[in-house]
Amino acid sequence: MRDVPAAPPVLRMAGVSKSFGATRALDDVTFELGRGEVHALIGENGAGKSTMMKILSGAIAPDAGTMEIDGRPYAPSGPVDGLRCGVSMIYQELTLAPHLTVAENILLGRELDTAGWLDRKAMERKVREVLDLVRHPEISPDVPVGRLSVGAKQLVEIARALSNKSRILVMDEPTSSLSQGDSQRLFEIIRGLKGQDVSIIYISHFLEEVQRVADSYTVLRDGRSVGSGTMEGTSLDDLIQLMVGQKFTQLFPRVDHAVGGTVLSVKDLKGTRMTAPVTLTLSKGEILGVAGLIGSGRTEMLRALFGLDEVEGGTLVVSGAGLAGRRPWTRIRRGLGLLSEDRQGEGLALSLSVADNMTLSDLAPYRRRGLLSPARQRRAVAGLVGELKIKAKGPGQKVGDLSGGNQQKVALARLLHQKASVLLLDEPTRGIDVVSKSQIYEWIGGLAREGKAVLFVSSYLPELLGICDRIVVFHRGLIVESRPTAGWTAADLMAAATVGRSSREQHPDQRNAE
Amino acid sequence: MSRQRRPGLGKALNIFGPFIGLLLVIALFSLIPEVQGRFLRFANFKSVATQSVIVALGALGMTLIIIAGGIDLSAASNIALSSVIAAYAVNAGAAPLVAVLLGVLTGGVVGMANGGLVTRLRLVPFIVTMGMMGIARGAAKWIAGNQKIDAPMTWVNELMAKSPRPSWLLLAPGIWIVILFAVALAVLLKYTVFGRHIFAVGSNEATARLCGIRTDRIKILVYTISGLFCGLSGVMEFSRLTVGDPTVAVGLELDIIAAVVIGGGSLNGGEGSILGTMVGVLIMSFLRNGCTMMGWPNYIQEIIIGAIIIIAVTLDRLRHKPE
Repeated sequence: MRDVPAAPPVLRMAGVSKSFGATRALDDVTFELGRGEVHALIGENGAGKSTMMKILSGAIAPDAGTMEIDGRPYAPSGPVDGLRCGVSMIYQELTLAPHLTVAENILLGRELDTAGWLDRKAMERKVREVLDLVRHPEISPDVPVGRLSVGAKQLVEIARALSNKSRILVMDEPTSSLSQGDSQRLFEIIRGLKGQDVSIIYISHFLEEVQRVADSYTVLRDGRSVGSGTMEGTSLDDLIQLMVGQKFTQLFPRVDHAVGGTVLSVKDLKGTRMTAPVTLTLSKGEILGVAGLIGSGRTEMLRALFGLDEVEGGTLVVSGAGLAGRRPWTRIRRGLGLLSEDRQGEGLALSLSVADNMTLSDLAPYRRRGLLSPARQRRAVAGLVGELKIKAKGPGQKVGDLSGGNQQKVALARLLHQKASVLLLDEPTRGIDVVSKSQIYEWIGGLAREGKAVLFVSSYLPELLGICDRIVVFHRGLIVESRPTAGWTAADLMAAATVGRSSREQHPDQRNAE
Repeated sequence: MSRQRRPGLGKALNIFGPFIGLLLVIALFSLIPEVQGRFLRFANFKSVATQSVIVALGALGMTLIIIAGGIDLSAASNIALSSVIAAYAVNAGAAPLVAVLLGVLTGGVVGMANGGLVTRLRLVPFIVTMGMMGIARGAAKWIAGNQKIDAPMTWVNELMAKSPRPSWLLLAPGIWIVILFAVALAVLLKYTVFGRHIFAVGSNEATARLCGIRTDRIKILVYTISGLFCGLSGVMEFSRLTVGDPTVAVGLELDIIAAVVIGGGSLNGGEGSILGTMVGVLIMSFLRNGCTMMGWPNYIQEIIIGAIIIIAVTLDRLRHKPE
């Protein structure tokens, strides 16, 4: 009977909005989830999916809007309250205790007892019940979770949600770290859960998989719901168009620059954390964009290039000199500079001053007879602070006190200060305001004009299309395509990143030719 | 920006906090009639300073380690081992200078071993140095044959004399040595590339690596330097006791760490200063001294010092609240 159209939705979110400071993360979003429905939530990074799910789970409260579960108002006071109302999140980073057994994990915090003594029999019975739903050869109640594979762990996490009688499961990129076989098994289990009237919100960047597993979809873009409907009769290209929208490249100041000779060439390079070897060349005055989903291997390649991870195989030549090993200082000496994607965790030493952070990679100019002159350090830095329009009280201010955009400029200024000629930029504009963004684009263009080479990793397609000369796309550890920017559209890039090849209608010949 | 008020307050606490604490302690005992007369005397201050030398030398090195984000639990054992080695050498007829150098070098070797293990085996400093605490203490007892090593009096024993031999020195040579090295280390931290790198490693090791700093090398150097200071502290211990005692300074590593923390060092790394540490050492010494004069039992001192450590760390947390 559950296919009767009048059946009330299990979950209803109406007019939900949320702002963080000046950024509007969610704007008047309405969302309905039917009983036993698998509903895909789709959107680029930063479109508002995780904010929406945090609101649903009770981790954060919305600024406006209402939620209902089974027609009753739902306003969770926190994640525990959300869980009690039947909403379970299954996160990418698993939240299991590795030293405890499968059974102990499943019933963690909800142990069955008689007068404080664990009732092992009853617990085992309950665990077996839910494990029947998520059968997997590795899983039995008394195995420590730490010994399970990632896929099996995820199933334990699902079992935990089921034992909690959750009727709404949120799966955030559930297959991103699963093997092909484990993914298949997960899809089967999802089908089984539908039969049990469990509703699932399925978040994934892998669109083909979404198409296969979901009944309906909602696409978020810039915090708004830009479309939703049933998956039947909706093509991949429809979804991609909705995701990227019609926003295009005027925002991006174009600085004229000429591409020169090769400065960095990488052949079959394999770092310890890369899943496959990569081949790539970068020329003077070139801005080379690197597209791909988070976790597709872009950052791992940069880390190997810069010597933060050990290079296991292949060759890396910068300005004619071969480089190897795990020694970042040899890279810096050869003119490489890396901007980390993790600004606060790796990019900057937050408790140190602006001046120290900018000059840390090259303190030699401020040393005379072994002694450092902080005054000259500050004077040298003052110029860069002005040039990059960094809003700080002075070079002595702690970097941790600056806003995100200004912190990023400090990290960029370090590369300028060390006079890097090959810049590896990992998500340089992530999480910063629009004004700082366009300043950074202009600055990158200026560097290219000076003949510097830029490798520009980004998940934000419009900026890649806006400022790069050429774009390569990573998919599951491999570079799947490389074209001049003029040969790409946002939809093509999205298709290559999510499916591993560019969309079918537009470039069938090209694909066959390669 | 709404945050701008807090850092100002935090900065003031940062710089003046330890000093205010020290002045409070001194003022407190100066106001109590029973001890006033004896407490506020140059002779008393001199003896407090002399008693501080051993902890102060250990704390100088510990400051570097804590700024670099590490910890050294083996410091006190290292001091005992070095004092035993120095006594052993004097006893065996070595020239006093050779004995002193041997003592200092012993400390350096232990420190270098700490640094090597931390960086090569990628182990947590807490664990490595806890192991080394046992190893160094055991080695000291072994070498000393589980008893005190007597040694003939030499000029080494003058280092900790309350009334120094050339009387124009005014203070024990050990105190002058502490002052000399304190100034040297303060300059090192603030005005050398090495000093900047120590702060960078402690503030964010990943950033330091990203900036091409050889973080392992920095850490080994820091632990080695700290070890050398423990060695020197051990020599002072020998000078004071006139024997090499392998059971001396048990638990002293905690006093040393406490001094650094009271002085503004953060166990998360990236913060701390030599001046603060020295004030921290003096706060603890004056407290002990005042309590003893008051005739308060030992356990009262322990409770007070324990409370001071907690207060100091709470202030440390308040300072970091804006994040």
